[in-house]
Amino acid sequence: MGSHSHSDRRRFLTRGGALVSFVMGAVRSVRGQTPAPEGIAKDNLAYGQPSKFDNTIRRTLGQATAISDTALTTPLQDLDGIITPSGLHFLMDHVKGVPDIDPKQHRLLIHGMVDHPLVYTMEEIKRLPSMSRIYFLECNANNRPIRGPNGESVQNVHGRMSTSEWTGVLLSVLLNECGVQKEASWIVAEGSDANKYTMSIPMAKAMDDILVAYAQNGEPVRPQQGYPLRLVVPGWEAIRSVKWLSRIKVVDQPYMAWHESGNNADTIPNGKGLWYRFEVGPNSVITRPSGGQRLAGRGFYEITGLAWTGAGAVTKVEVSVDGGRSYKPAELQQPVHRFAHVRFRFPWTWNGEEVVLQSRCTDERGEVQPTVAEAAKNLGVSPDYFYQADHFNGVQPWKVNRDGSISNALFL
Amino acid sequence: MRFSFSLFAVVITLAICVPGRAQGRTYQLGSTPSEEEIKARDIAISPDGKELPPGSGTAKEGATIFAQKCAACHGPNGNGGGLTRGIVPLGNAKPVKIGFSLVPYATTVWDFISRAMPQSKPGSLTVNEVYAATAYVLYRNDIIKETDVLDAKTLPQVRMPNRDNFLPAEPGWKPGQKRPFGYYP
Repeated sequence: MGSHSHSDRRRFLTRGGALVSFVMGAVRSVRGQTPAPEGIAKDNLAYGQPSKFDNTIRRTLGQATAISDTALTTPLQDLDGIITPSGLHFLMDHVKGVPDIDPKQHRLLIHGMVDHPLVYTMEEIKRLPSMSRIYFLECNANNRPIRGPNGESVQNVHGRMSTSEWTGVLLSVLLNECGVQKEASWIVAEGSDANKYTMSIPMAKAMDDILVAYAQNGEPVRPQQGYPLRLVVPGWEAIRSVKWLSRIKVVDQPYMAWHESGNNADTIPNGKGLWYRFEVGPNSVITRPSGGQRLAGRGFYEITGLAWTGAGAVTKVEVSVDGGRSYKPAELQQPVHRFAHVRFRFPWTWNGEEVVLQSRCTDERGEVQPTVAEAAKNLGVSPDYFYQADHFNGVQPWKVNRDGSISNALFL
Repeated sequence: MRFSFSLFAVVITLAICVPGRAQGRTYQLGSTPSEEEIKARDIAISPDGKELPPGSGTAKEGATIFAQKCAACHGPNGNGGGLTRGIVPLGNAKPVKIGFSLVPYATTVWDFISRAMPQSKPGSLTVNEVYAATAYVLYRNDIIKETDVLDAKTLPQVRMPNRDNFLPAEPGWKPGQKRPFGYYP
């Protein structure tokens, strides 16, 4: 029975429960009686696939925008633990198509304010001392408060984030090999996509913990995530984690490239604009039960979700089952990795009444995730101000209705 | 003597012709790129414009280029997306994308047109075409005149409307410091 409990739970919780129940019903009739399939495709043996009974977890195509052809969101409601399978990693395409790069031809050029510029082949980069770290990547447009039919699920609202184990070389190793000059204060990183995507990063971060990664969850980085080489900038908005990395120019000022100025700057209510946000704020979201799912009936459920912060480590996650009137601490999955998603769990029994579930994150600096009302009060605006806002890290409430259906209650 | 001189010359020639000498300080990996390789790949333009190549263009010339190479996506009048969303005052604006209003330097426009346009063949415009297309975009946003000549000297001097309306990254905040409650968003 143990091996089926996961499927059963999903049957009760998954969006479109009726359809899934029907499918599960069909499965049930043959469950345990199906002989081992003969003639499995050799590829399926050489590279394993999920069970045909549970091979439904998929990214969804999010809303395309003027700057993004493709927006693939991670199905957070269907995943467990903290690692996002590489094939389910989110994608926000700012570059008009994923480049098809032959690693034998790929070169990383480092030049500018260095004592000696260097160009590396992939083979040479892989000979350098390597490091593996579990880091989240989150788009700065994640958690963008939305309404309507696309605003109901955690995948649509929060699915522009994923966590992987990244392996590569510390950027500081490469920069030290070139000898960074004293006056240098920024780097400009460039991808080899069609648009040659460009971002400026302060030298202090570049010399600290940025990875030049060639592996994701043990395999080569997937093409959509930057194959063969990408930056992973821990804790910072993922727009700085340049994919298909091919050039680093060491400079003495931010270059204000299109994607870091016109395309990703912000306005704030006092009439000023902000160019750089860098770190993401303390954040958390309940992934199950969550918007669009349906509870099968009263009784026990485990509330679970993810917490993360650009500060480093999540130190506390609290869960409220009464719309924020009271909070209790959730259990954090150990070990807690800095700059990684943290899985939290909280036991709960539903009494069949209408309730609002939400979570709140506190990080190692003592920063606390605000509610939308608290964030609005701080800025002196109405909560509606945050409708479709970037960088939003407010508490996400999910309302459980009497019929068991769950909806996004951010803007009730 | 003559023989050893020839040998010396051969050795010197070889040394000059083999730029792939390992140079990394600690690990002796990687090779030294040639000046030409760096120059060919160094397309990033800083706000002071020091990397801008020689060449020039006006909005008038840019209109022709726009009709040929840009109008297919941006629309015949440039209102088909991205080009003339207008300059919006930053005050009281919702925190949504208002593109062009948030570009602090005209060099940003040159840089992005040069590296990413036209979408069907990024990087294919000549230097003069990039200057002209940049001039056209700035002219259509009422930032320069139709006859203004943009070149490596004049382009960095163009003042974008909201240049001074930005705060430094999170005022008073440096990466790693604690911020006030609810600073985000």
